[in-house]
Amino acid sequence: MEQTVQTHLHPESALAPEPQVEHLSPWQISWRRLRRRRLAITGGIILIILYLLALFAGFVAPYHYENQDRDRFFHRPTRIQFEGFRLVVPRYKQVEGQFRYEPIRNDTKPIRFFIKGDKYKLFALFPTTVHLFGTGDKNYPIYLLGTDQYGRDILSRVLYGSQISLSIGIVGILLSFSLGMLIGGISGYFGGTTDNVIMRLSELIMSIPGLYLIMTLRATFPPKLSSVQMYLLIVVILSFIRWAASARVIRGMTLSLRERQYVLAARSLGQSTLTIITRHILPNTFSYVIVAATLSIPYYILGEVVLSFLNVGIQEPDASWGIMLNAAQNTEYLRDFPWLLAPGGAIFITVLAFNFLGDGLRDAVDTKSQ
Amino acid sequence: MWTFTLKRLFHLIPILFGVSLITFLLMSLTPGDYYTTLSQNPQISPEKVAQLRAQWHLDRPWYVQYLFWLKGALQGNFGYSMAYKIDASELIFGRLWNTFILSFCATVVAWLVAVPLGIWAAVKKDSWADRFCSLMAFVGLSIPELLLALLALMFAASTGWFPIGGAQSALYDLMPPAEQFRNRLHHLILPTLVLAASELAGIMRQMRSNLLDTLRAEFVTSARAKGLAEGWVVYKHALRNAINPLLTIFGYSLAALLSGAFVVENVMAWPGLGRLTMEALFAKDYQLVVASVVMATGLLVAGNFIADLLLAWSDPRIRLK
Repeated sequence: MEQTVQTHLHPESALAPEPQVEHLSPWQISWRRLRRRRLAITGGIILIILYLLALFAGFVAPYHYENQDRDRFFHRPTRIQFEGFRLVVPRYKQVEGQFRYEPIRNDTKPIRFFIKGDKYKLFALFPTTVHLFGTGDKNYPIYLLGTDQYGRDILSRVLYGSQISLSIGIVGILLSFSLGMLIGGISGYFGGTTDNVIMRLSELIMSIPGLYLIMTLRATFPPKLSSVQMYLLIVVILSFIRWAASARVIRGMTLSLRERQYVLAARSLGQSTLTIITRHILPNTFSYVIVAATLSIPYYILGEVVLSFLNVGIQEPDASWGIMLNAAQNTEYLRDFPWLLAPGGAIFITVLAFNFLGDGLRDAVDTKSQ
Repeated sequence: MWTFTLKRLFHLIPILFGVSLITFLLMSLTPGDYYTTLSQNPQISPEKVAQLRAQWHLDRPWYVQYLFWLKGALQGNFGYSMAYKIDASELIFGRLWNTFILSFCATVVAWLVAVPLGIWAAVKKDSWADRFCSLMAFVGLSIPELLLALLALMFAASTGWFPIGGAQSALYDLMPPAEQFRNRLHHLILPTLVLAASELAGIMRQMRSNLLDTLRAEFVTSARAKGLAEGWVVYKHALRNAINPLLTIFGYSLAALLSGAFVVENVMAWPGLGRLTMEALFAKDYQLVVASVVMATGLLVAGNFIADLLLAWSDPRIRLK
């Protein structure tokens, strides 16, 4: 009470800036609003974890993705137990003539950390054999998500597969959105015949149902390719189809942006058209682009999955979520060994996290709401 | 309205032409053709293969082949399937019908569930029901059709309540008509549910946000101020305006629906266009590929056309533009 009286008495303190007005850039405002959305932050944290796991896949995975355990096809997920304060895995015995494995009582081995195992290269550069966890004994394997029809550890393959699935979306949006922004910007800025031709072309691409066009495009390349070539091919095909949608939106935004005064100013300063488009117009579409890009990453992940699933994408013995699900197409496997669907769970979690984040981003950059 | 319809209809022709041209060009770039495997067979003379190729103009440049195909297509003959040894049209209309039935049923189911759920979530905004619905919508948006279809197969295999894939039983032809109908319906249920589930979430979220937007509009406030009952305000005033933008969504969602149907058909062995396209691509049966891609596009643009008409019918601003 006393303090308020005082401020009224002293003219200097009344002049001092009373309610601190913060000057925030639009990005800062968006960031603040994003931070308040719990789902978006959850999605973001999940994604950071997933990307770290993908980066250190060789280290976290207990086995190499091609490592086959010929004694244990379709091994069910290993059950981890507590023995005192130690984590142990039991030894399993195969039921005669079946792909069924029963744990043997009181025959366990402790899980050890930073243990030597299969050879791999960390970040594809440093050859090493150290793995995060394992038992170090062939007779006590640790298959947290079971094994597949060739006796390979599914968890390790999911981890290695995540390197493909998680990077393909990023490469894909970089490719398709830079294409979409450039083409959309040119189309909207120039208008006229250029605009007409580009828009008709994009209409054409968008009027063919996605997967039909993807498959037809895929068929124009040889069926067997190396993994790297196949990866690039998948990204290029998926982005080739996807640019049309973003180009149309960018064009619409450019149409209104090019009438702004700062564009006129830039033009009267004699800047080249390309500079005006890339430096003055396109940066104003970034908030749309970031949201749309985040929300379209699942499209690339699912594209690779479907292509590999249908045997025209990444091929065995390489690990990708799609090719792993291919094994689950057999209904008998599916009924008896449901853990083959584990890559499906990984896809679901990843896509869900991207949707959480993208949705939050959309609300955060949308200045109209609130 | 008539000029609008005609204008939109006229718009479709170049698209179908363009799509057939692109597909044909792509097929001509594809390595090998249907007779490549045949030509490696030592029992068949190269002359015979050359003669077979000439029969379908495969020895000519692609644009000549295209013109031949186009000439046939304009007369309702969409080429010849070399793998099945019958006219592509005969094969394709049955498959087109299957894809149409699947997509149609899935759309109906999805809308019948999604619209009421969306309304419910909007009316009970921020309640647990709303939260639960929006969480389920996230789940629905994020589960790929591929995974759902595999889960459905797993369900069918472990319970035995539903047939595992296919559109009809092996003994279908011996059944009386009523039994045939039931059999087909039984096969249709799971694929429909899988496809509908993946479509449902988007519609529901859209319905919810549309209705919320409308409920904030001034005419709703004035309706409330007049003292109208809340139910009347929501269902008579707000809902009508909120449904309108959904028609646009219907048009947009068709492409995703057909892609979804493509996956479901291939996983669940539903004999539709998507499965036919994959089979034809593997067999290098190119005229069949072109015919099925054009048909799928036809389905999509026809759906978009209907959505446009519905939109123009409900919103005069569009048809007068």
